[in-house]
Amino acid sequence: MTKDVVGIVKRINSTWPRVRLSHLSLAFKLLVSDRSKFTSLLLGITFAVFLMVQMTSMFAGVLKRASATIINVGAPIWVMDPAVSTVGSAIPMPDYVVEYARSIEGVKFAVPMYSGGGMVKLPSGDYQAVTVLGLDDSSLYGAPRLTKGQIADVYAENGFIVVADSEYAKLNRPPVGAEFELDDHRAVIVGIAVVNSAGLFGVPTLYTTYSRARQYIPSTRYTASFILIEPKSTQDVPEIKARLQELGYLALTDQEFIERTSDYYKFKTGMGVNILLMTIISFIVGLSLSGQTFYSFIQENLDKFGALKAIGAKNHELVTIILFQSFVVSLMGLGLGVGYCTVVIGVARSVLPNYAAIITPFNLGLAFVMVVIIAALSGYFGVRRVLKIEPFDIFRG
Amino acid sequence: MSAAIDIQNVTRWFGEDHTGRPAVAHVSFEVRFGEMLYIVGPSGSGKTTLLSIISGILRPDEGRVVIAERNIWQLTPDELAELRLAHIGFVFQDFHLFPRLTTLENVAIPLILAGKTWPEALALSRPYLQVVGLNGKEELMPMKLSGGEQQRVAIARAMVLQPQILVLDEPTASLDGDTGRRIVQFIQTEFLNDQRAIVIVTHDARIEEFAHRILYMEDGQLTRIEKGKTI
Repeated sequence: MTKDVVGIVKRINSTWPRVRLSHLSLAFKLLVSDRSKFTSLLLGITFAVFLMVQMTSMFAGVLKRASATIINVGAPIWVMDPAVSTVGSAIPMPDYVVEYARSIEGVKFAVPMYSGGGMVKLPSGDYQAVTVLGLDDSSLYGAPRLTKGQIADVYAENGFIVVADSEYAKLNRPPVGAEFELDDHRAVIVGIAVVNSAGLFGVPTLYTTYSRARQYIPSTRYTASFILIEPKSTQDVPEIKARLQELGYLALTDQEFIERTSDYYKFKTGMGVNILLMTIISFIVGLSLSGQTFYSFIQENLDKFGALKAIGAKNHELVTIILFQSFVVSLMGLGLGVGYCTVVIGVARSVLPNYAAIITPFNLGLAFVMVVIIAALSGYFGVRRVLKIEPFDIFRG
Repeated sequence: MSAAIDIQNVTRWFGEDHTGRPAVAHVSFEVRFGEMLYIVGPSGSGKTTLLSIISGILRPDEGRVVIAERNIWQLTPDELAELRLAHIGFVFQDFHLFPRLTTLENVAIPLILAGKTWPEALALSRPYLQVVGLNGKEELMPMKLSGGEQQRVAIARAMVLQPQILVLDEPTASLDGDTGRRIVQFIQTEFLNDQRAIVIVTHDARIEEFAHRILYMEDGQLTRIEKGKTI
């Protein structure tokens, strides 16, 4: 078996056209020596990559922020009504579901969580919408990390913790001890917290106890937006999900809930289609710009390629030269485009703290794949043209 | 000693159904080592087609061309490309220099195609620029050179791999009379010896004095072969 493989590799090596470094260096020299064409090519691909990465980064940022509560609370299993798509669309469940969850063999503990919205009346008289998260009274499971104050102070009368994220300023940056009105109730800031991810909808977030949240925010008959479960072990997760499904509820791991949220924004809001369209348009713009410029670059040098062919360059060597040129310029464009996008996102974030855009490995992978396609197509048209040229045409002028 | 190029009964048609008359019809001759052979004739007589066939660029419909004891039209395209690179140096009518490469880099291109690295190729090319009298102009772009100088760069490029056969297509077409004569004389002096041959396609009577033999063509036919004044 090993001998067979070695034999095959040897046969491929002996028949495969050898790529010589000297040819690649000639290709590079020919490419960069025409500075105006090289710059146009580079700008075209850089612009296309910038647009593609920018679009997909914005979408990735939006999706991350849409799952901010799931990420920040950090519970391994979330129980919800099967109709729920996102944290923001929670359908309250009766309290007995909590008791039922606690009775499942593999559950270490299960706590209710409240998620809802309220209106804060600012000292100026203006109203500001806020997200209120009510944590289990006894455990405060899912509490954020505090930078000021003590978590136990949330039990104090009218105690609330405010998250100092990009929306904090909308509440006039209240310090510990600040008082305000929340849905006609007096509230006091007892702590300031930081979280991993800011929310999507541009509203500040307040944490309090589950019972206070129910008391402050006008509620329906049932009040548990979600039930958060800590399993005894990961092996228990399928059983927990199955048991809750028997009761008519949906139990998802945090990753599954993030994916469900992402799917909702991707497929049910039109946002995904719009971003996809913009990404495709960027791709087409990039392909047109670079394809056209690369083709005219080949066209202008066609007689030179013909001369090379006459002198003794083989077809596969010319193909190597053209593809190498096309891939080099494309990969340089990818680097510049990603760099440019990183700078723009960085600057945008410094000016607009709630600017939602993140460059993920998936964005980079997608941009790379698209750039490879651009390079391959641009190279293909160039190769087709060069392979068709006959050295005899060079003699004929 | 075998001929540098042996051409036997070569015919080439253009068009799909071989109607009309062929561009080159049943041409046979040989190019000897140590010889400078001219192919002359009016426009459309088939000179360039013949030159392309004997230099392995245009496949004939009939006949054979033997270079280095091989019928070149029985070789694979890659083998033929290797043969052209190793055995034939080309000087094109319009020179076809790379405008964005320096003079020295243009001369080095055949060496690069032969697998040399750029430093090696540039080092090997430098003496050839000196030979063609362009010492000190290595780093200039071709656009900065006169027509005669560009011609000499093309000649240096054709000579750099020391081929057996040098093929020149209308080498004096874009040069004045004196420069044209100087260039051809220069090639004869610097390149020709008993192991090499030169084939020139021209209709410039001013350079006929350098030919060993002159091959006349008309309507694709070889009408006569004359000894040149050099003999």
